[in-house]
Amino acid sequence: MMEKNKKSVLSRLRSSRIFRVMFGRKLIVVCSVMLVVMFLLAIFAPLAAPYDPNKDDLYNVLKGSTAEHLLGTDSNGRDVLSRIIYGGRISFTVGVVAVVISSVIGMALGLISGVIGGAVDTVIMRVMDAMMAVPMLILALFLGAILGQGLGNVCLAIGISMVPGYARITRGQVLTVRNADYVTAGTLCGGSWVRNTIVHVFPNCLSANIVTMTSSLGGAILAEANLSFLGMGISPPTASWGAMVSGGYKYLSTQPIIAIAPGVAIIIVVLCFNMVGDALRDALDPKLRGTLGKGRKREKQSRKGRDHYA
Amino acid sequence: MHEKLLEIKDLSVEYETEISTVYAVNGLDLEVGYGETLGLVGETGAGKTSTALSVIRLLPEGIGFVTGGSITLDGVDMLAASEEKLRSMRGATASMIFQDPMSALNPVMTVGAQILEVLKIHHPEQSKKDLEARVDEMMELVGIPANRKEEYPHQFSGGMKQRIVIAIALACEPKLILADEPTTALDVTIQAQMLGLINDLQKRLGTAMILITHDLGVVAQTCEKVIVMYAGEAIEYGSAEDIFETDMRHPYTEGLFNAIPKLNEESARLEAIDGMMANPTVKIQGCRFADRCKHATERCRQKQEMREVSKGHIIRCCLYDRQQANV
Repeated sequence: MMEKNKKSVLSRLRSSRIFRVMFGRKLIVVCSVMLVVMFLLAIFAPLAAPYDPNKDDLYNVLKGSTAEHLLGTDSNGRDVLSRIIYGGRISFTVGVVAVVISSVIGMALGLISGVIGGAVDTVIMRVMDAMMAVPMLILALFLGAILGQGLGNVCLAIGISMVPGYARITRGQVLTVRNADYVTAGTLCGGSWVRNTIVHVFPNCLSANIVTMTSSLGGAILAEANLSFLGMGISPPTASWGAMVSGGYKYLSTQPIIAIAPGVAIIIVVLCFNMVGDALRDALDPKLRGTLGKGRKREKQSRKGRDHYA
Repeated sequence: MHEKLLEIKDLSVEYETEISTVYAVNGLDLEVGYGETLGLVGETGAGKTSTALSVIRLLPEGIGFVTGGSITLDGVDMLAASEEKLRSMRGATASMIFQDPMSALNPVMTVGAQILEVLKIHHPEQSKKDLEARVDEMMELVGIPANRKEEYPHQFSGGMKQRIVIAIALACEPKLILADEPTTALDVTIQAQMLGLINDLQKRLGTAMILITHDLGVVAQTCEKVIVMYAGEAIEYGSAEDIFETDMRHPYTEGLFNAIPKLNEESARLEAIDGMMANPTVKIQGCRFADRCKHATERCRQKQEMREVSKGHIIRCCLYDRQQANV
């Protein structure tokens, strides 16, 4: 009984420090709440959306904001609000799937490259450098053009274009971790190098990658919107934020809300993901641990002081 | 069964760097019996760690090489053993305690999981429950409550981390422990505790140990046999009494003893040995200590043999030759 209590207190303390650094800023709380709301809306889209997102209503085209259609209707008379809610499904799916694809491939390449080293390392890293030299969107466009349209292909194209980032981060981590005493100790205990890599090296490379994952979620969502805007992404009539902006910008002077509303949705989600990713990095970074809270407090105090004298 | 657990004969270890070759160990002979404790004393760069690492064939790959001699551990020729054989011996026949417990534990694994890891490698046939029970047993053995096994290394103090490291090293009941300055990173009170713990467990489990250190006090406290190393060579070998309670010592060992601050004498400066350790990139024929030795003569330029000055007490110095001749 005592043991259990002690342990739960300890684990609560541990999680609370990360929690405190992470959610110390109100902005991060707001961002997190917004993300959760958007995510829930996307999951429960059939319940949340007031209309069928793909149902044309040619009697009500290009209507502005009205009581029935809060964000108006597009050129086919489809309800913009419903389409944004359904579009969230595409955005979140692409974001998560692309990040999973890129991180799995990237981390595997980085591990192989860092652990084996030598010629294998050189070949892998030069290919990654070459991929990095091409801007991510161009690369995704190129891959999209080869693979063709469709949700799966978009995820794959964006995923592959984000691989080099993970590979480089992982390789860097491996190089610092692999000479640590505990890895030698692993060999000393009789572990093979494969076992050592999996048990000791890889878990110690994870935290940097987790942070990259959160921040690149926003990037992947933005990339999907870009591809769809350029007509290489999700095929109509499926609602996608990028495609909606693309379809709506022709009416920017008459009914700007059609293009602006999905644009704002993209901005909010991407911005929120980046903010939360940043906060997560601060929370997980052992070097910043503890100093962050103090720094902010001092800043706040000095600001208070200034106000006082002003 | 062999008489000796570990026999090293004429061992040479070299490090190849881009600039030069470093001769870390030059023709070292060493023996450890079952259950025996051997102290390996010497200053930094004397080749103590290189010797220990070559015993389990863990010299840095592509840089450190064993260039001569033989190592026989528990009847197995370590220099000829296959990688697989080596893996099965590491941790089970011989294991190592590192200098710095702060970096010897994986920060993202619970300590229990790390003890379990070595058990899993060597006893894959046993059930998880049995192994877990063994983990508990090991933790209690080194004096840490078993209910802390779900905690991470950062939740332990330095001394407790070293206890965990010891638990990992002893988990598979190895016949030989290589303790590479196990107390250097700890403060003095914890040092005493650790040495007590290691000695106690060693006696209980019947494990032999090579204790690498530059602390003569530690050696006096724990070791039965002592080897003093200088510039990759053994220059003195004997039982702890031979070396601590005698006036016949190698001039270098003498210098080491003089360098210990004396509590009963007033002195403003510590007594040091003049000069620096011989350049390890140059092969020297004669006595490596000659350049720093007060007693050095022309004879020291020739190759020096080990001379037995009393039973079991061997010194590599021509000084004792002459004395015997004169008497």
